[in-house]
Amino acid sequence: MRALAAGLCATIALLGACTEGDRTAAGAAAAPGEVAMAGTPEGIPSHAPARFGFGSEASDARVAMWDIDVRPDGEGLPAGSGSVAQGRDVYNVHCVACHGPTGTEGPNDRLVDSEQWDDVPGTRTVGNYWPYATTLYDYIRKAMPQLTPGILSHDQVYAVIAYILWMNEIVPEDAVMDAETLPAVVMPARDKFVVDDRVGGAGIVR
Amino acid sequence: MPRDERPRLSRRAWITTTSGVIAAGLVKTQSDAIKLVAQEAPSDPTKVPGRLVSELGTRAPAEQPKRLVRAQALSSSSRTPLADLMGTITPADLHFERHHAGIPDIQFEDHELLIHGMVERPMVFRMPDLMRYPQVSRIRFLECSGNGGGVYNRERMPTEVTVQALDGLLSTSEWTGVAVSTLLREVGVRPGASWILAEGGDSAVMSRSVPLDKVMEDSILAYGQNGERIRPEQGYPLRLFNPGYEGNTSVKWLRRIEVTDQPTHTRDETSKYTDPLGDGTVRQFSLVMDAKSVITFPSYPYVLPDPGWWEIRGLAWSGRGRITRVEVSTDGGRSWVDAALQGPILDKSTVRFRHLFDWNGRDTVILSRATDETGYVQPTVEQLWEARGTRTSYHQNHQRAWRIARTGEVTFGLGELV
Ligand code: HEC
Repeated sequence: MRALAAGLCATIALLGACTEGDRTAAGAAAAPGEVAMAGTPEGIPSHAPARFGFGSEASDARVAMWDIDVRPDGEGLPAGSGSVAQGRDVYNVHCVACHGPTGTEGPNDRLVDSEQWDDVPGTRTVGNYWPYATTLYDYIRKAMPQLTPGILSHDQVYAVIAYILWMNEIVPEDAVMDAETLPAVVMPARDKFVVDDRVGGAGIVR
Repeated sequence: MPRDERPRLSRRAWITTTSGVIAAGLVKTQSDAIKLVAQEAPSDPTKVPGRLVSELGTRAPAEQPKRLVRAQALSSSSRTPLADLMGTITPADLHFERHHAGIPDIQFEDHELLIHGMVERPMVFRMPDLMRYPQVSRIRFLECSGNGGGVYNRERMPTEVTVQALDGLLSTSEWTGVAVSTLLREVGVRPGASWILAEGGDSAVMSRSVPLDKVMEDSILAYGQNGERIRPEQGYPLRLFNPGYEGNTSVKWLRRIEVTDQPTHTRDETSKYTDPLGDGTVRQFSLVMDAKSVITFPSYPYVLPDPGWWEIRGLAWSGRGRITRVEVSTDGGRSWVDAALQGPILDKSTVRFRHLFDWNGRDTVILSRATDETGYVQPTVEQLWEARGTRTSYHQNHQRAWRIARTGEVTFGLGELV
């Protein structure tokens, strides 16, 4: 119990809120560079301190360990690279059983269809529906192969993406995917996506 | 077990067996005797003592509502037996499931939540830290945006389908936890931030982007459900809960929140959970669940045994706020009457509605339609087809219908109307 209290005090001290005088009311002006929050958030009484200090600061290394998402602008892509030819090997070892020899046979999600559409998609695949190629990195690194996620190296993920994009006729056979080339791939369906415009209200069906 | 197949034991037979056991010296204490008595259902429970208290209750043996499991796969779902439930709260063990890579085993002591990105102080929270923050509880529905997707297809409109199979990806609970705004206040959000990325600790590392405004308004990091700790299949020990939003955004087994200035465009907000509208565009980030209602009684496979007074019962809800009105039609949508709403009517929660109906024994179709506080009225299926084309599978909140045949048999009746 004492250890806990001491640890807590250390945390609080770290945040510079150890003395009574340092406690500021909730909704007080935010520190420079922060977004001021209007009033007191629901669930926090007005006499609460500006910060509670429960929890610990996350080091850069700690953040880097879990910060594995990849955005369309390429942020989050790791170093490494892979070619279509290398990707064929990765695919035939790690993916073929569930996605089929040409990415169309299943039994699980179809990964390939280069047939584009005007009004309604026939299928919804990487080739004719996915708006961003970077999503392949984000998803495959996190979730595939489904029974052994995380077993592929960065190079292997880049390679298998190159292969999937090539099967979908989006990149040429000599393509190499890396942190520069992957975000530059323009997916055929990219401009089809529009943000939700439903708003509720009387007489509106969207 | 159906009621009429329950084992019956006459009082005489019961006395004989019991005294036989007693004679054999197997009953040593009063408690032994009561246990023995309780094993056998007596014909007159006022004449024999009942069972003793226990540490954990169970349902009556004949009452065994079950979730509907369609396929045993890592990425699969199970559905809430809506027709078996009363009121609005879903028992936690009947709350629908949707997992993309199974249910992970996570220890309370080991779990950590990282909050980082556009914040002043990136922080890691362990469960005892989170539980020490000011707590909030909210009764809210959770619905998968794929709920009811199966009934939308013009070519295969089913008739013999239960409300559980159709709309069982809907449940309501009292969720308890810490407001996301409380923790974002703690870490200090930087100017320019507009989204968060929420990420799960399951083997799909389920990831969804949610607007910052939304999570600041009313999202919680839930560790409690209906008075107990959240169940493993609901995200134990911690899930994000976004009231009124499509279920998939309420990321379970939550391990990371990154504050960002743009959505991440994860697979489950691009490839899935998007709506091709039939005009060459695809609607993305269709997050709010629009107003909807379903009649849960009478519904397939119920058979009304005779004409006369029957109470039509159902649930209505809206992701945009409170339900203000539910109307019921008992003549295939030609005329509508207001159903009675059971208060309290809560924000983004289910409401129980009821309408007393004097069935004249003729063929008819019954429907319900909900209105929410924005004035939005639950549309007909044709209105949705008109607005979105016929190929959208998520957000199928159109009016449902049940056909009551002369025989009293109830079947899904949407096909009758389109
Ligand atoms: C054990 C079977 C299995 C293996 C092996 C497997 N996958 Fe998958 N994959 C699935 C399943 C199942 C899904 C759908 C998951 C879901 O919907 O939650 C999926 C989905 C995907 C998707 C998303 C499809 C879409 O359009 O949304 C991609 C991309 C993918 N897998 C790539 C791969 C790659 C690359 C490999 C090999 C490195 C691989 N998978 C190996 C089963 C597998």
